[in-house]
Amino acid sequence: MPVHTLTLGQISTALANKEFSAEELTRDLLARIEQENPRTNAFITVTAEQALEQARAADARRAAGETGALLGAPIAHKDLFCTQGVRTSCGSKMLDNFIAPYNATVVEKLANAGCVSLGKTNMDEFAMGSSNASSYYGAAKNPWNLDCIPGGSSGGSAAAIAARMVPAATGTDTGGSIRQPAALCGLTGLKPTYGRVSRWGMVAYASSLDQGGPMARDAYDCALLLGAMAGFDSKDSTSVDQPVDDYLAALEQPLKGLKIGLPKEYFGAGLDSRIGAATQATVAELEKLGATVKEISLPNLQHAIAAYYVIAPAEASSNLSRFDGVRFGHRCDDPADLTDLYKRSRAEGFGAEVKRRIMVGTYALSAGYYDAYYIKAQQIRRLIKNDFLAAFQEVDVVMGPTTPNPAWALCAKGNDPVAEYLEDIYTITANLAGLPGLSMPAGFADGLPVGVQLLAPYFQEGRLLNIAHQYQQVTDWHRQAPTGF
Amino acid sequence: MQWETVIGLEIHAQLATESKIFSASATTFGAEPNTQASLIDLGMPGTLPVLNAAAVEMAVKFGLAIDAELGRTNIFARKNYFYPDLPKGYQTSQMDDPIVGKGHLDITLEDGSVKRIGITRAHLEEDAGKSLHEDFHGMSGIDLNRAGTPLLEIVSEPDIRSAKEAVAYVKSIHALVRYLGICDGNMAEGSLRCDCNVSVRPKGQEAFGTRAEIKNVNSFRFIEKAINHEIQRQIELIEDGGKVVQETRLYDPNKDETRSMRGKEEANDYRYFPCPDLLPVVMEDSFIEGLRSQLPELPVQKCERFQSQYGLSTYDASVLSASREMADYYEAVVNVCDDAKLAANWVMVELGSLLNKEDLEIDQSPVSAEQLGGMIVRIKDNTISGKIAKMVFEAMAAGEGNADQIIEAKGLKQVTDSGAIEAMLDEVLAANAAQVEQYRASDEAKRGKMFGFFVGQAMKASKGKANPQQVNELLKKKLEG
Repeated sequence: MPVHTLTLGQISTALANKEFSAEELTRDLLARIEQENPRTNAFITVTAEQALEQARAADARRAAGETGALLGAPIAHKDLFCTQGVRTSCGSKMLDNFIAPYNATVVEKLANAGCVSLGKTNMDEFAMGSSNASSYYGAAKNPWNLDCIPGGSSGGSAAAIAARMVPAATGTDTGGSIRQPAALCGLTGLKPTYGRVSRWGMVAYASSLDQGGPMARDAYDCALLLGAMAGFDSKDSTSVDQPVDDYLAALEQPLKGLKIGLPKEYFGAGLDSRIGAATQATVAELEKLGATVKEISLPNLQHAIAAYYVIAPAEASSNLSRFDGVRFGHRCDDPADLTDLYKRSRAEGFGAEVKRRIMVGTYALSAGYYDAYYIKAQQIRRLIKNDFLAAFQEVDVVMGPTTPNPAWALCAKGNDPVAEYLEDIYTITANLAGLPGLSMPAGFADGLPVGVQLLAPYFQEGRLLNIAHQYQQVTDWHRQAPTGF
Repeated sequence: MQWETVIGLEIHAQLATESKIFSASATTFGAEPNTQASLIDLGMPGTLPVLNAAAVEMAVKFGLAIDAELGRTNIFARKNYFYPDLPKGYQTSQMDDPIVGKGHLDITLEDGSVKRIGITRAHLEEDAGKSLHEDFHGMSGIDLNRAGTPLLEIVSEPDIRSAKEAVAYVKSIHALVRYLGICDGNMAEGSLRCDCNVSVRPKGQEAFGTRAEIKNVNSFRFIEKAINHEIQRQIELIEDGGKVVQETRLYDPNKDETRSMRGKEEANDYRYFPCPDLLPVVMEDSFIEGLRSQLPELPVQKCERFQSQYGLSTYDASVLSASREMADYYEAVVNVCDDAKLAANWVMVELGSLLNKEDLEIDQSPVSAEQLGGMIVRIKDNTISGKIAKMVFEAMAAGEGNADQIIEAKGLKQVTDSGAIEAMLDEVLAANAAQVEQYRASDEAKRGKMFGFFVGQAMKASKGKANPQQVNELLKKKLEG
């Protein structure tokens, strides 16, 4: 079997059995990237040299007796994780020239575990988008249909995995940016509890919502990766000092007695009926495994998108102020004075969607509007959190579709940002409430993958991975490969 | 028209922490540009702040010292504005929920009266870097060493009514933060900076006039001058039919004037919102009580103790407790000489004028407390007179050793042998026989005047060393006789 078809788990076993070396594997995958990246545009930067160096180091560690499951495991990083000595662009012209001088904690932890990073993946500019269309480097394409978007903002990671260029990758999720592209590309993706994975070195979009997490083909690989990514970090004040669960061990629990809640608000107008049907079929499958199902209500769901599109842009407007052309990033030519330097550097460096959100956020925080928008949105956020806390009194997990629609054609929503924002309806509540959420493949609609989402109480990532893994033992949606890849 | 001045002050005190408020970089003053700027201080993408506990502790100590309500849950907020020396495009500060709430400070005015000044709040924030406009050939340089240095911004109520009161208040805050050990108070290096909000109103009117804010006035003298200048400017403006506009002004000490920096309409909308990278700071009782138990004796308490323990006047006690160093010096002198009043006189008068003349701080005094105390011991045991002591003091100030060494080396030991004094007096009287005769012929009133002449001659003859009391007694006896 060609190595690019293997999952992270299979690779881990093969490396342990010395079926091939990490260096051989890395060379094969670099060749695969060279072949497939031109038509998918999944990678912004391929770090062949560093990857081979890391692979040789992993082989040396194995030769010296180390046995870690991720020793020599190939991955890719979304291009907003800072990687020392490597361009970290955030999909923006603003950071096209930015070589990060340090490693993100996630990058550091995975490197220490022996992972080999093949490169940096494409994304919506500064993680703002659900389609990859806002990337300065052009959108990544969905391997299931190259005319369609892979989702976003972690669309490059999703496209790279779906196109079998890399078995797993990191993503970040502020409003669905791991789960939505995972759903649209037929992958498994997990957004951990806010504070579970360190944000140090993750270029901030909306600090109170951003969370890094794993993307891969199945739950097993996500568990493998999350175990190495998660943990308290003294460099991130919002990371939580709580022991990391043994996610691999959690996978094997039987689902008997599992109580699943289906919010009635999830299945109204706007949901593609094929996705609704796939969700119901998934529920039926889980019932066969011993789960029981109950209808629940999340009454404040209708306000979620409005609240999100106040809070996230508000934080973004402040977070992106540091890109001023003074210390790093794009600087306009021959500034006449300081104001000119600011105005032109930012006007040239940021794309349209980023500018839109900076303006929306600036407006929402302005004197006279702050109470009406930002404070109100924070109140809605608390209500949404309370909805979930109440739901988890009744059920173990909340389940539903990950997205209302399958992948759409690139440019289909190009002129209608609000239409794209509405695609986040099912995913953003987890960010607003800080809850862990997982998307897993659950079927197809006209050849395009469909995902279902599971949400659990805080720090129950293990439970989510467990359910997805058990489901994946009896289904094979996650084993499907796009035609031609 | 009679005018009344209303002043409120915002004092920025750099906290004396080893490292910055949100990063591990050192805070030492005067290092090479950008050698104390970490990834966090540079605002590198992806970096995050971690709050320095020492800054929180220092702010709480200040709050306890001004008897303030403490913000048991205090929150950092972002103040958003663009400036090249503000790396993140926002300053992490506190807005709605500061660490220190309402408190007050009692200040002693020049006439000895005490006035209570309300303190609205004090909050923690990070300092910005510095823009350097020289030596860059038409460009500006940015030094981020100072960026992230912890500041405590202390905001007073508009309770201050004159420039002199303002200075007294700033001096009290200055003394307090130094007593607490939370700020070195070095105004020349910008460790303590002052913004003055000044307005005037017709005496008797309740509503405040429109205020102008004078930014960054960095010495006690300039605070007084800047405020007085601003009061004058506003009164003249109004009396000429003009209107004070709300604006930020800058004081130019070279020209002794303030000038407009930016008007209200140019003011930023800072778009404050809670910083999502930092958690609310929740302070437990035990944390606060632990800090309370570490508080040193404060200026007001020390002033009271100096009065009760040493019998000093209110004025003397307030001068000697004005700074921790001054108080420590004074008490060290008392410890050596065991005479609180003599010690107070010497520290305030002779040492005070010496330091003033040489422009030195008490901790730079060329005469140590031990030396001064040792000298006072020699006054008390009659080894030297008060007059000779002044010579000894000058010699100590010149670095000629301690009192005993100087007395020995210069032969300044007081003559107390009455035989020797009598012999010396006989010579003096013999040399001034005519005056002696005149004295004896005079009435009581005239004699009183002339007596001083003989004392002077006697002291001169003894080169000041004769015990003055003995000289007085023996001289009187001889002249009467």
